[in-house]
Amino acid sequence: MSDNHHHEENFFQKYIWSVDHKIIGIQYGITSLLFLLFGFSLMAVMRYQLAYPEAVIPYIGEWFFSESGGVMLPENYNTLGAMHGTIMIFLGVVPLAVGAFGNYLVPLQVGAPDMAFPKLNAASYWSYFVGGVVMMASFFTPEGAARSGWTSYPPLSIFESGQTMWLLGMVFLITSSLLGSMNIIVTIVQLRAPGLTWFRLPFFVWSQLVTSFLLILAFPPLEAAAVLQLMDRIAGTSFFLPSGLVYAGSAVEAYGNGSPLLWQHLFWFLAHPEVYVLILPAIGIVGEVLANNTRKPLWGYKSLVYAISFLGFMSFIVWAHHMFLTGMGQTMSAFFQLTTMIISIPSVVVLTAFFISLWGGSIRFNTPMLFALAFLPMFGIGGLTGLPLGVAASDIFLHDTYYVIGHFHYVVAPGTLFALFAGIYYWFPKITGRQLHEGMGKLHFYPSFLAMNGVFMPMFIQGLAGLSRRMYDGGQQYAHASDVLHWNEFMTISAFILGLAQIPFIVNIFITLSSKKSKDRNPWKATTIEWSAPSPPLPHVNFESAVEVHHGPYEYSVPGKDEDFCPQTTP
Amino acid sequence: MSSIPYILEERPDTGLNNAKLGIWIFLASEVMLFGGLFSAYVFLRFAAPEGDFDYWGSKLSVPMATFNTMVLITSSVTMVMSWASLKLQQFDKYKMYLGITILCAAAFLFVKYFEYTGKFHHGIYPSSSTFMGIYFTLTGLHVLHIIGGMVVLIFFWTKQADKMWAENQDLLANRIEIIGLYWHFVDLVWIFLFPILYLL
Repeated sequence: MSDNHHHEENFFQKYIWSVDHKIIGIQYGITSLLFLLFGFSLMAVMRYQLAYPEAVIPYIGEWFFSESGGVMLPENYNTLGAMHGTIMIFLGVVPLAVGAFGNYLVPLQVGAPDMAFPKLNAASYWSYFVGGVVMMASFFTPEGAARSGWTSYPPLSIFESGQTMWLLGMVFLITSSLLGSMNIIVTIVQLRAPGLTWFRLPFFVWSQLVTSFLLILAFPPLEAAAVLQLMDRIAGTSFFLPSGLVYAGSAVEAYGNGSPLLWQHLFWFLAHPEVYVLILPAIGIVGEVLANNTRKPLWGYKSLVYAISFLGFMSFIVWAHHMFLTGMGQTMSAFFQLTTMIISIPSVVVLTAFFISLWGGSIRFNTPMLFALAFLPMFGIGGLTGLPLGVAASDIFLHDTYYVIGHFHYVVAPGTLFALFAGIYYWFPKITGRQLHEGMGKLHFYPSFLAMNGVFMPMFIQGLAGLSRRMYDGGQQYAHASDVLHWNEFMTISAFILGLAQIPFIVNIFITLSSKKSKDRNPWKATTIEWSAPSPPLPHVNFESAVEVHHGPYEYSVPGKDEDFCPQTTP
Repeated sequence: MSSIPYILEERPDTGLNNAKLGIWIFLASEVMLFGGLFSAYVFLRFAAPEGDFDYWGSKLSVPMATFNTMVLITSSVTMVMSWASLKLQQFDKYKMYLGITILCAAAFLFVKYFEYTGKFHHGIYPSSSTFMGIYFTLTGLHVLHIIGGMVVLIFFWTKQADKMWAENQDLLANRIEIIGLYWHFVDLVWIFLFPILYLL
């Protein structure tokens, strides 16, 4: 495709209404990073409240909680909690992992000129954008934003204010995910370059493929559930309202016969695979970074592929381990407990393969590698602390305590987020042609690593002591809480240090963007296809000439070669 | 953008073009959407008191729904005929069959409109009972799918189709095949809705 067929694009055509997968990936990346920052700020306010309950929130309290003189009310805390979860998962991590990384890298790593459906790709981003706007706008409506938790359990969510906007926003976000993941699947299946057989695909591409299947099959039941809940709120149906329900002191006027459990089933049928949507792209990124920086092939590449495929399949039949306390019955509990134990096996296979990959490598400790290395024990802690939650007997004690919060945050925050940071540092030279500053990267990594553990490790202590989550004052009226509540101040200080530790990262990005471009298109000496494209890759076509693949994804340190790496495109 | 491969021709090792794989994956997600609602129906039916679903179900009009079933099956047949006509290079017949498909869709909506307003007229709303709630939700969502399909069908019935036919016949045939798959799916959903709502 020669340039004279292209008319000159103006700013809006080039950067806003673009159908180029690289621009859309960057749009996704910037938007989701901003949402992550916003979701973090909500959490920071909550953490201040937990450490100093009933205190006036400094600086922002008089603006946001003016009616109560700057003190956070219980309903404010509920809103912050619900929106923190929603924003972090649906507007932050998933769009960053699948929307940004998937969009930018999958076509490059399979040697394609673009996504299979570029216009649908743009539609996916803009649907996400509208969903984000609806969620943000809900803060400014008279009802306020949703306050029923990100899980939106009925009957509470049917009566609490703000939920309608949440449901509408979710419909847009679900649509966006469906369009995006459909695109990724077709791109991987159809647009692989000649010679790129299935087992020559980089592990990251495999992880995106499995993730996309999870999104395609798991999100629609949530859409169904959202429609039913919307009907309950707007049309007065009672899908989730049992008979004889009393709310706020008076009997609820509805037909009844509904079932709150139905929502939980439909919701967790999405939300458990969603957990793997959060972690699988992260695993993919870590695999790429590890292979590159140990200078040896990823250990057990095929086992890894089989493991994550099995993981994806199993993730559809474990959902009710979130519901052991609902009284759904022993048989159900036994079944889901069994499947939950089984699904831990492929996760262990992945982690073991990654650890063995380090063995005997000549490791380069650059910033992406540090984040990827930190991912391993953090994800390990997150995964292993999940086992007691998967067994009904111990879950009955731990359910709805801070232990659960500690568990899933270890998976998502120091786990997934660290992997995403590793990905940002690793592919930044490809996206911009400039390498992020190493020193500032380390200034970002070490404090973040310490502060993350400072925030989440005490949650296990609090949870094992029986401290309930969702308490706006941390649960001060409970005697069993008094021994562990003093941890709150430590965790809050850690959270603020964690926030400060992100400043070097932000500064680093802006400083690097204003520096000079490097001509080196493969600074990490990596093997996968994206590094044979110019940095940044050419608009709309990516590569200068047609890509042909001759090697597997991780041919590092092949004996008898002059260099310690052999790019996939080298004949 | 024109450099994206396999827009029309099949990729040798998968035997598919991009759009066909895309629509099948989209339909898989649709199966999960309606599957979620169908399982909600089963769940609620089991939870309901004895006879509750039967009582409210008897208020629906089986003749109207039977007529609509016929209409949709006819529209599926004419949908295939319109695609076949394109393959046989008979553009006029394509327009005729596609026109009939659109008319069938309109007839379906027309009947549905009378069903809905009839219910409202008798004071029956989604809030009247769990059965009516799931009835309006399922059929309402199905109607939205019909309307969405109709918009696309009408687009391919306008002058736009003549232009595409003149420029790229294979592209038009491919697009009609894809929308046809969607249309059959919407038809199939109704084939499931009809017995579980009207006959059971």
